[in-house]
Amino acid sequence: MNPHPLIESLAGIYPEGRLLIHPGELASFESDGLTSYRTRPAAVVIAETQGEVIETVTLCHQHGVPFVARGSGTSLSGGSVPVKDGIVIALNRLTRIVRLDLTERIAVVEPGVINLDVSKASAASGLYYAPDPSSQQICTIGGNVAFNSGGAHCLKYGMTSNHVLALKAVLPDGEVVQLGSESVEGVGPDLVGLFVGSEGLFGIALEITLRLLPRPEQYQTVLAAYHSLEAAGNAVASVVASGLLPGAIEIMDRLAIQAAEAAVHPNYPKGAEAVLIVELEGEAEQVAEEYKRLEVVIRDSGAYEVRLAQDEADRQRIWKGRKSAFSAVGRLSPDFIVQDGVVPRSRLGETLAEIKRLSQQYNIRVANVFHAGDGNLHPLILYDGREAGAHERAEKLAGEIIRLCIRLGGSITGEHGVGLEKRGYLPEMYGEADVDLMWKLRCAMDPKQIANRGKMFPSGASDGPQAARATGLHPLEREGIISRE
Amino acid sequence: MQHTIPVDRVGPAGEEMARAVEKCVHCGFCLPTCPTYVTLGQEMDSPRGRIFLMKSALEGGLTVEDALPFVDRCLGCMACVTACPSGVQYAELLTPYRARTEKSRPRSFTERLARTLARETLPYPGRLRLAATTGRLAAPFRRFLPASLSAMLSLLPDELPPATKPLPRTYPAEGQRRARVALLAGCAQQVLAPEINWATLRVLARNGVEVVIPDGQGCCGSLMMHTGDGDGARDLARKNLRAFPKDVDAIVTNAAGCGSGMKEYGLLFKRQPEEAEGRAFAARVRDVSEFLAELGIESPPVSAPIAVAYHDACHLAHAQRVTEAPRQLLRRIPGLTLLEISEGELCCGSAGTYNIEQPALAEAIGRRKAQNILRTDAAMVVTGNIGCIVQIRASLGRLNKPMPVLHTMEVLDRAYRGMEN
Ligand SMILES: Cc1cc2nc3c(=O)[nH]c(=O)nc-3n(C[C@H](O)[C@H](O)[C@H](O)COP(=O)(O)OP(=O)(O)OC[C@H]3O[C@@H](n4cnc5c(N)ncnc54)[C@H](O)[C@@H]3O)c2cc1C
Ligand code: SF4
Ligand code: SF4
Repeated sequence: MNPHPLIESLAGIYPEGRLLIHPGELASFESDGLTSYRTRPAAVVIAETQGEVIETVTLCHQHGVPFVARGSGTSLSGGSVPVKDGIVIALNRLTRIVRLDLTERIAVVEPGVINLDVSKASAASGLYYAPDPSSQQICTIGGNVAFNSGGAHCLKYGMTSNHVLALKAVLPDGEVVQLGSESVEGVGPDLVGLFVGSEGLFGIALEITLRLLPRPEQYQTVLAAYHSLEAAGNAVASVVASGLLPGAIEIMDRLAIQAAEAAVHPNYPKGAEAVLIVELEGEAEQVAEEYKRLEVVIRDSGAYEVRLAQDEADRQRIWKGRKSAFSAVGRLSPDFIVQDGVVPRSRLGETLAEIKRLSQQYNIRVANVFHAGDGNLHPLILYDGREAGAHERAEKLAGEIIRLCIRLGGSITGEHGVGLEKRGYLPEMYGEADVDLMWKLRCAMDPKQIANRGKMFPSGASDGPQAARATGLHPLEREGIISRE
Repeated sequence: MQHTIPVDRVGPAGEEMARAVEKCVHCGFCLPTCPTYVTLGQEMDSPRGRIFLMKSALEGGLTVEDALPFVDRCLGCMACVTACPSGVQYAELLTPYRARTEKSRPRSFTERLARTLARETLPYPGRLRLAATTGRLAAPFRRFLPASLSAMLSLLPDELPPATKPLPRTYPAEGQRRARVALLAGCAQQVLAPEINWATLRVLARNGVEVVIPDGQGCCGSLMMHTGDGDGARDLARKNLRAFPKDVDAIVTNAAGCGSGMKEYGLLFKRQPEEAEGRAFAARVRDVSEFLAELGIESPPVSAPIAVAYHDACHLAHAQRVTEAPRQLLRRIPGLTLLEISEGELCCGSAGTYNIEQPALAEAIGRRKAQNILRTDAAMVVTGNIGCIVQIRASLGRLNKPMPVLHTMEVLDRAYRGMEN
């Protein structure tokens, strides 16, 4: 594959400075939030209009050159890592809020708009955009759509897919489609639902119609401290069993607390093995009523200290600690892997105990911080990459945790996506027929497989023949008729 | 992030540089606070991108020239350090990196000229005064000059304030003496806004602080430190180590840039004979607002109501983490309403010689700041650094929305003296 004729054509679209081909310009696009994967692309284009994106995709299709859309590059699964000799389409200048309809409570935004900026733009009218990934101050709506991103408050409100009403997208062959409508009651199959979570394999979202919600009248944020992580995990099951539906239920363990304290001083209870954050939200009366019930449940769950956020500043501090936790772990360890898996929340306590056992067995520290209400775990596996073999051992441990999730009836990803990192596990979670079906869909949407090539599906070539055999290759692939590299 | 920086071969600060790189987990949390990233929207102009570029250049994966344009565009505002949950000490990478690459960089003639002019004039009040006067004479020819020189001229005030009488050696406390401090007089500020020092002396005196202004002190050296001239910076810093007395409660400055520079003396003299002395000096440096807030001040008398927007100077907020102290002081003024500027963590675009070296970008960043200020409905802007004062004034002026921009000490001084603010 020689991308150069394509670059010549791209030079016809992009002025100097927006078609990047020099090593110094390309280097910083080599990786996303998961730095163990790095690939230098042939070129990066800094698009400013939807038209440019469409033209670029069309040209890539004509030349058969793969492309990767890039938002803010905070993917934790290698999703926005470039494809070798491919093009990166950077969307950070597509930041228009095309329409903000406060009576209809919708926002139509371009893909480079930052998640938090949607809430900021609608704040004056008492509205906000509910999905709140911890990276919300920087991740883009385009990236959120690709990964169907979640956040602490998705327990009550659902993930990104529950908040995208319609989409304008350019498909991998350059065709522009309009999916869904501004009403929640659509006709026909849910094509928006198909696109959301497709990890950039179905093309690039150009305009996204988002649902806005009225900001809750009242928040009540409870911080409970435990002497063991399992006890905190079991408390989650009790809260859910009590019939309460809080806005968020989060857990952080001792290491994660230590990191957050060092980074942003949230002042969590001293000496805790784990803290549980439960946030009730809604109308003042209802919150007060629910709090009475929650108090009893938490008291019976063995918490040794329970605290309430005193005011909005206090509440923000609690959340800042939680939301900084991933990055803050950089203070504890030079390298770490952020794992993302799901287990049924009734089995949280058991899962956490098993992770602890694995951590001891491997003699590798694991910090836990997660969306407990959803059973969405984020074990952070700490290691020092300068030690020989440390990275491999950490990856092995990460793999065991993921298999544990599958075994317990959960999932290999809650919100960070499959990307490059987890593609080998897809066939462990799904049967061969399921993966085949997904692959057929992919080929129907993108016959040349140029959109984000090499992501999500297991790759025979790079995982070695062993893995290739164990994974669900497409029958045509097994015959050697098609290939994914 | 894993790295293979040859720490022994990249100069005395190799360890510090490698540690900063290693600590970066590539999360991108610093991006929205980086003025160049929010203006340009491209990864190589973000803190995360720059860390990666410097790492690659140190490791040899990129040439220094490859990374140069993007490292050059960094304002050194350190907003990324405040934002970083992982504790990346970006300054410990940037400063030595620049010092190391400075020597080998190619520069055009006018770039060199502008830079030399800046470096040879800004730190010396006498020369700056002369240059400012002749600069104004040259203003009509501005359109014939290269952008960087022209930008330098555009920052000069239309009229230079009259040279005030020289600062005294000591300025006594009013009433009972509560403390004794030494003041760094600053360089650019003495020419562009001499009244700030006088206001500072009066405010300190009013609160029972005796001030000494040691002879033989000079520029703090931070300008050179941040443009990569470590040796030049050390020469200047040595003068200050000698000049400042040790028997004072604090070494006080009202220029945020100088304060952050002097607080870095420990790092500047790392592995040099003066390391311990530099560290001890740095430990005694206080921004004047920090010092006064710690000491506690007297409330000024009631004055006419006014709404002011406080701008966090990067060198105060990010480099020294002083944000609450000036606000606390301003709140003591009866009738004064303190307003916050949205995107307050963003730099105003001033940053030392940045105006001269990146004129277009500095102007764009300044415009954004001015627009955010105008949205607050304030009648006045208050900040703690002369560079910001000049830049914000110019940016508001370009939008035809001029507004008084004063130093925190000036506002307090006026309040104490019962003057309209
Ligand atoms: C510290 C930290 C905390 C995080 N916390 C959370 C969390 O709580 N919940 C969560 O879900 N995630 C979390 N993430 C992961 C990440 O922030 C999300 O996956 C986010 O949605 C990625 O957005 P981005 O703009 O950075 O996208 P990128 O990383 O740039 O891209 C992600 C994927 O989206 C594709 N893409 C980008 N734009 C488009 C588009 N317009 N159309 C089609 N495809 C596109 C890319 O090709 C890539 O495959 C976290 C990450 C970090 C670093
Ligand atoms: S916030 Fe810190 S760790 Fe994250 S990318 Fe920026 S410098 Fe690196
Ligand atoms: S110092 Fe300022 S300009 Fe430089 S990378 Fe950090 S935030 Fe950006």
